[in-house]
Amino acid sequence: MSSSSLVSLKPKECGRVKEISGCCKAKKRLYELGLHKNACVKVVKNDFGPIIINLSGNKLALGRGLASHVFIEH
Amino acid sequence: MNTIALVGNPNSGKTTLFNALTGSNQHVGNWPGVTVEKKEGKFKYKGNQYNVVDLPGTYSLGAYSEDEVVARDYILKGNPDIVINVVDATNIERNLYLTTQLMEMGVKVIIALNMMDEAKQKNIEINLDKLSKELGVPIIPTVAAKSQGLDLLIDKSIDSIKKEKYSNKSFSYGKDIDSEINEIEKILDNLDLQYPKKWIAVKLLEGDKEIYSLLSKKASQPIKDRLIDIEEKSSEYELEIVDKRYEFIGNIVNQSIKKPSEERETVTDKIDKIVTHKYLGIPIFALIMFLVFQLTFVIGQDLLGGYVADAIESMGEFVVSLLENINSPEWIISFLSEGIFGGVGAVFEFVPLIMVLYFFLGILEDTGYMARAAYIMDGFMRRLGLHGKSFISMIIGFGCNVPGIMSTRTLDNKKDRMIALLINPFMSCGARLPIYLVFIAAFFPSHGGIVLFTLYALGIIMALIMGKIFSKTLFKGESSHFIMELPPYRLPIFKYVLKDMWSKVWDFLHRAGTIIFFVVSILWVLSVLPFGVEPYSQESILGRIGTILSPIFIPAGFGTWQATVSLFAGIAAKEAVVAILGMVYAGVSEGTALVSAIQNVFTPLTAVSFMVMVLLYTPCAAVIGTVKHETKSIKWAAFMAIYPFVMGWILSVIVYQVGSLLGF
Repeated sequence: MSSSSLVSLKPKECGRVKEISGCCKAKKRLYELGLHKNACVKVVKNDFGPIIINLSGNKLALGRGLASHVFIEH
Repeated sequence: MNTIALVGNPNSGKTTLFNALTGSNQHVGNWPGVTVEKKEGKFKYKGNQYNVVDLPGTYSLGAYSEDEVVARDYILKGNPDIVINVVDATNIERNLYLTTQLMEMGVKVIIALNMMDEAKQKNIEINLDKLSKELGVPIIPTVAAKSQGLDLLIDKSIDSIKKEKYSNKSFSYGKDIDSEINEIEKILDNLDLQYPKKWIAVKLLEGDKEIYSLLSKKASQPIKDRLIDIEEKSSEYELEIVDKRYEFIGNIVNQSIKKPSEERETVTDKIDKIVTHKYLGIPIFALIMFLVFQLTFVIGQDLLGGYVADAIESMGEFVVSLLENINSPEWIISFLSEGIFGGVGAVFEFVPLIMVLYFFLGILEDTGYMARAAYIMDGFMRRLGLHGKSFISMIIGFGCNVPGIMSTRTLDNKKDRMIALLINPFMSCGARLPIYLVFIAAFFPSHGGIVLFTLYALGIIMALIMGKIFSKTLFKGESSHFIMELPPYRLPIFKYVLKDMWSKVWDFLHRAGTIIFFVVSILWVLSVLPFGVEPYSQESILGRIGTILSPIFIPAGFGTWQATVSLFAGIAAKEAVVAILGMVYAGVSEGTALVSAIQNVFTPLTAVSFMVMVLLYTPCAAVIGTVKHETKSIKWAAFMAIYPFVMGWILSVIVYQVGSLLGF
């Protein structure tokens, strides 16, 4: 088990949210959208611009700055 | 009459349900002129009338963005008799998050578990009875797109409305938070607030700024002192409350829903691979927009436009000959033929075109492609200091800037929102289209699509440049993070796209019949007075006013009193520009159509510089009013009236002067 930031994950890699660092309005929004601790995340696309993740069947696009605060255990 | 409010996540099919419920009895005031934040409609069921309110789609009911505040204020202060919570059956967990907040509000809730057909396709098994029992909320399965389950939904809603006593199931936020809530409720006990006390307590612990400012207005000093303590604690509890809501949902969902573990690649995934592609994404987007305008032009103008123009012309001739036969006074005939048929009629000729444009924009919105457009543009927009989402408000602005500006509400950061709002009018709206078309018909008939595309592109570029400038000067600071759902693609339901299109076209017609009619009538009077002057001549009052102001536009090449008057009339409503040109030039030489009159007084170069001015200058009164309403500031409304005028003037002067130097 290692944990790394969401930006460093490749497409099709998945894992659980370990923590979201920093505190801002966006953190709460992510929680509200279901990206809370232990949520299961799969990266769909990560090449340029926002990262697209699959969160229990939904696609969510997250800006890279924000995604770098999301740490995934995989 | 009972009122039903519709609440739900974006893309849960809420608006489809609204359309399905209200059928053709929908009177939507969602467009220009009236600033409305929610759609309202009516329907009849078993002899009774019901009022339906469609609230903005939101994920939560906090104060994250303006539309969340609109939705929750309506739920708590608008006193709907029942709230129908539309829940996407393929995505129950996240959708129920909103439900838990409705439960906290203590309002009567019923769930429309929508898109049951898609859930079945995805092999999601839902135990409805169990789910309903655990949540303590009635659940009705629906497929709004196919109008399935609606009768039962209405029946159950009526049952719930009739129930006198209603209590929502409550859940625990954990020992610490629960006791905090109790204590806050006690403190608030003697205060007269419009919201339920428990809900306020939860919101305070969530650090909700709106509620703090509400209480700081109403509460006494000792309570205010306590609020400071609570606010400190809120940073600690905020996320825990979210977690507890999800925990409550998670337990219920585990018991009542079975989802297949293996996800297959869906059609949406396949399409997304192409349209969000690193290199292909932007060219595909540009191509789609180009096709929309090209098709609008071909279908709306070439195929359909002529019929309407002919119909109006022959109707005008018929009325005039009728009046001549009964020996009506000359001035009535003149008013009708030049003022009404020449002026207002010129506006009506463009109805087919606007219809087609609205139709395509509606399809684009309903498929789910807009979210992808925001996604692919985010990187580019960010470099300009803008948020990717502001791109959506820009595209909506192509239809009309009023909803374009209102859609900036989904931007949660003040900086992002203000910039998106201020640059929106550079997106050329449907009402400006007729003006270009008259000039295109006069000078560039075989290059219509390209001229149009260039103008729209210029508007976008101008918007982006101004956005960059604003983010460096007036609104410094970071853009907020990009968080956006990419909903599955859905086939638009043509019936509803057409209905939506029609309601917008109806509004266009309505304005042509009211504001534009009014403006044209007044200007007609001014153009024939004082008695004895040649009508529509420079000696008329209108001509004199225009002559005084026209030197402003001499450097831009169209310093005629007619062009000047039409531009100023366009500030009331853009359609008036064509109407006024039609009226004043109808008098130039009898029987000459507007297009050929324009060929006589403009050159290709001055036509271009005039179109640039029309594209960029002061937006219409409805937009300025919306800006005032949305920013709650007269200062910004005034800014909105002035700065585009200056930009338009500078650009059209550049076009004319450079063009002249190059010998055009």
